[in-house]
Amino acid sequence: MTGTSSDLTRVDVAGLSRLLSSGEVSAVEVTRAHLDRIAADDGRLGAYLHVEDDAALAAAAAVDQARATGAELGPLAGVPVALKDLVVTEGVPTTSGSKILEGWLPPYSATVATRLAEAGTVLLGKTNMDEFAMGSSTENSAYQVTRNPWDTDRIPGGSSGGSSAAVAGHLAPWSIGTDTGGSIRQPAAVTGIVGHKPTYGSVSRYGLIAFSSSLDQAGPMARTVLDAAVMHEVIGGHDPRDSTSIDTPLARLADAAREGAAGDLRGVRVGVVRELGGEGHTDGYEPGVLARTREAIEVLAGLGAEVTEVSCPSFDLALPAYYLIAPSEASSNLARYEGVRFGLRAGDDGSRDLDEVMALTREQGFGPEVKRRIILGTYALSSGYYDAYYGQAQKVRTLITRDFGAAFADVDVLVSPTMPTVAFPIGARVDDPIAMYAADLCTLPASLAGLPAISVPSGLSDGLPVGLQVMAPALADERCYRIAAALEAAQDAARGHRLLDELGAPAGAA
Amino acid sequence: MSSISREDVAHLARLSRLAVTDEELDRFAGQLDQVLAAVARVGEAAVADVPPMTHAVPLTNVLRPDEVTPSLSRDVVLAGAPAAEDGRIRVPRILGDAE
Repeated sequence: MTGTSSDLTRVDVAGLSRLLSSGEVSAVEVTRAHLDRIAADDGRLGAYLHVEDDAALAAAAAVDQARATGAELGPLAGVPVALKDLVVTEGVPTTSGSKILEGWLPPYSATVATRLAEAGTVLLGKTNMDEFAMGSSTENSAYQVTRNPWDTDRIPGGSSGGSSAAVAGHLAPWSIGTDTGGSIRQPAAVTGIVGHKPTYGSVSRYGLIAFSSSLDQAGPMARTVLDAAVMHEVIGGHDPRDSTSIDTPLARLADAAREGAAGDLRGVRVGVVRELGGEGHTDGYEPGVLARTREAIEVLAGLGAEVTEVSCPSFDLALPAYYLIAPSEASSNLARYEGVRFGLRAGDDGSRDLDEVMALTREQGFGPEVKRRIILGTYALSSGYYDAYYGQAQKVRTLITRDFGAAFADVDVLVSPTMPTVAFPIGARVDDPIAMYAADLCTLPASLAGLPAISVPSGLSDGLPVGLQVMAPALADERCYRIAAALEAAQDAARGHRLLDELGAPAGAA
Repeated sequence: MSSISREDVAHLARLSRLAVTDEELDRFAGQLDQVLAAVARVGEAAVADVPPMTHAVPLTNVLRPDEVTPSLSRDVVLAGAPAAEDGRIRVPRILGDAE
């Protein structure tokens, strides 16, 4: 840490918090460093759809001014943050990656955004994503491709690919992502960062543009497990504006991360899920991913964890169940884009009636994957098909949940790879929905059961990041942070540096 | 589980208020058929006596106090509408000439 502006983008949130609280650096310096880095490097990465620029500097200046007058500020005051573009932000463009919301300025803010603002964080901008979060590579954005900082010919994961690329590429110290079937964990895994999907209902969905309401959760994406836990504590907790919000206090998540980093896992029982890359279930898994997973499990065992293999046979049904439930709920949620109250209206020339204008608006405003899923969901919810598809899939969720329940009777957490492969090349799967959906294979069970799950880096395969997924029972998010922090600390110590340090600085950065 | 034809897709697109093109009909019919084949295994799951689920922590009868809280003003709402006139959202006609 030399105090130069370009170095500030490589400091984690815990470090920025210390520098800001002690007055060693100002919030304006921290924000300017990130804005400069975005200006220099986001043309290459394409992580942001909108950058706040002057508004971010003004917010940072207000923090500095408050500090100068002796106001009592929280530990995160002046720390910049990026939000996935489906987090509604008052007066700040919010598109959900779709042309149908191009130019829309929301009249209110999501609870997640409000809580981060109340903690004094500074909004840098809104990050790119698959349209309405439907995708696993961010290639379904209606606006731009986002590139993986480790290899710009490869995808940054999805749907929160702008958020993952921004954090891994040092264009933001941390970000908010959302996860419906893996959209926080999978992009975190392929960019070498930490991403946590909270227990369903533990982070408010108020103001998150809905995709599949029984699955959607917002959560932290960060460069360290501790930073992710700290962000989770800011955004989590009961919100009366979300009727699915759970009214119980959050566990002490940052403390759990610190406890894990201390490196003692004696007494912790870790279950390795056979159906997710274990014996007889390795089809589609890359050898490098399986090797990093095995090594990570050995590290946990070396810290004292008791490791056993467990079987969850219903997990094989997770992918088909998910691709019925999510499109069904999406087809209902996306009915609100009718070209009347907000967003795009197409073909309103005075001669067409409302039905025609609505159909033209939706045809013009939605991209192909969104249309595919609306049509599939409409089919699955049709009279005569509902029981066979949506109803059946909701019952499969119960089977998956029972498998988790049986496993958690014997172990404290379950582990698996986060994704069967490393980041694939841009364009490789765009014309093959089934191949694209396979990227979510490992993350879907916890999504369908509503359970917390984290992805933490486990190493590199062919120079590209691999993630380990740690899943826990409902409302036991602290276990994810503890185990992930233990792995992170042990690997950082063995390596002598953080995995992301191997990414280096781009040409031109000091 | 059944397959999905081009005509089915056209019908579903109408129900979904999507003015899809002929080219999209051809493409989507093939792709949706593939997706349906991939999800067909759900139909084979033995779930006759299994209840459906939507939430890891089931909640019932979530109520809030019946109190007036701030809501969006008319001007703010109209500012976000694609077309407004005389303090109202302007919409295309909803009835045909003959109706």
